[in-house]
Amino acid sequence: MHRYANPARFLRIARVATPLVALIGLALTAAGLWIGLFDSPPDYQQGESVRIMYVHVPAAWMGAGGYLSLAIACATALIWRHPLATIAARAIAPAGAAFTAICLASGSLWGKPTWGTYWVWDARLTSMLVLLFLYLGYLALSASEADKGGEARGASILALVGVINLPIIKYSVEWWNTLHQGSSISVVNASSKIAPELLTPLLLSGAGFAFLFGAIVLMRMRAMLAQQRVDARSRRMAEALA
Amino acid sequence: MKAKHQRLWLVVGALVALGGAGALAFSTLGEKATYFFAPADLAKGPAPTDAIRLGGMVEKGSIQRNGETIRFVVTDMQKTVPVTYTGILPDLFREGQGVIAEGRIDPKTGEFTADTILAKHDEQYMPPEVAGAMKKTGGVSAGG
Repeated sequence: MHRYANPARFLRIARVATPLVALIGLALTAAGLWIGLFDSPPDYQQGESVRIMYVHVPAAWMGAGGYLSLAIACATALIWRHPLATIAARAIAPAGAAFTAICLASGSLWGKPTWGTYWVWDARLTSMLVLLFLYLGYLALSASEADKGGEARGASILALVGVINLPIIKYSVEWWNTLHQGSSISVVNASSKIAPELLTPLLLSGAGFAFLFGAIVLMRMRAMLAQQRVDARSRRMAEALA
Repeated sequence: MKAKHQRLWLVVGALVALGGAGALAFSTLGEKATYFFAPADLAKGPAPTDAIRLGGMVEKGSIQRNGETIRFVVTDMQKTVPVTYTGILPDLFREGQGVIAEGRIDPKTGEFTADTILAKHDEQYMPPEVAGAMKKTGGVSAGG
């Protein structure tokens, strides 16, 4: 792990990996959404509005999965003080927040025709909104700490405290009565309550979103490392001129 | 012990403590975070006088329409509550499907008057042909 935490080595690998990851992500997302929107049957109850699922569910996975990776990066930054971990965390947070917002917005649009309401304060919807606020809190705090030249330690602690929200999101539909339906896919039992014709595009776009998420994080990390070099060079030049 | 090991244990310890605190908080939160009550939950205690949400399945064959007003029975397969509602229903409202009614229960008659009706969707997703075929073989109870 330490081998890859070296920024120079990371940049060499990332330069090759970024376009590859982005292309795989685009291809899988395009395939998943094409099948999902044009080449799969409607649902027996929801009709055509089931197609919102092909965006909503992968976005939810990215929101929650992105938060887990944010927390891991923050823990690594706090414990091992790796500068690359802090950069990774700052790169992950806006992407995770964006996917969480997409999840909330698309879910709301699905809720109106299906449930008869855009929003309710049930445990699943509320905990997902809390996830968005945790992302926004991390972003605001790390930005203000970065302005002061700090390592965003307070923001990292906030991100770690927020991890408690992840099991709440996952199990909200089991622990409490909610308007949101229960889980359709069980990883533990490798089973699903979604018919194969509808599951295939969902899994394709899910994998596509994951690769796109990775590509966004790699791009942002490279840009942030480049910015650091620019800052360091202009500082040196200013000192040489003075 | 190296400084980074100290920090590792500090983070692990803090997360364990946080998890414990969270578990305690949620065990006391209990029913307060629940979005709706099932008919069996209501049968346990005295009828609440506040506005509540009632959730369950629309019992088959229980829907009676009278102009704008609809009467039906919500069941959780253990207990039932009769509901009346006047207004527009969501598209997914149908017999054998999940429903959530917001309103008040009459403590004398036990009848529930709803101000809002929300349809609840279940976690089954399938094409209409499959659902039709399964209904014929009795694999799924009208999409329940």
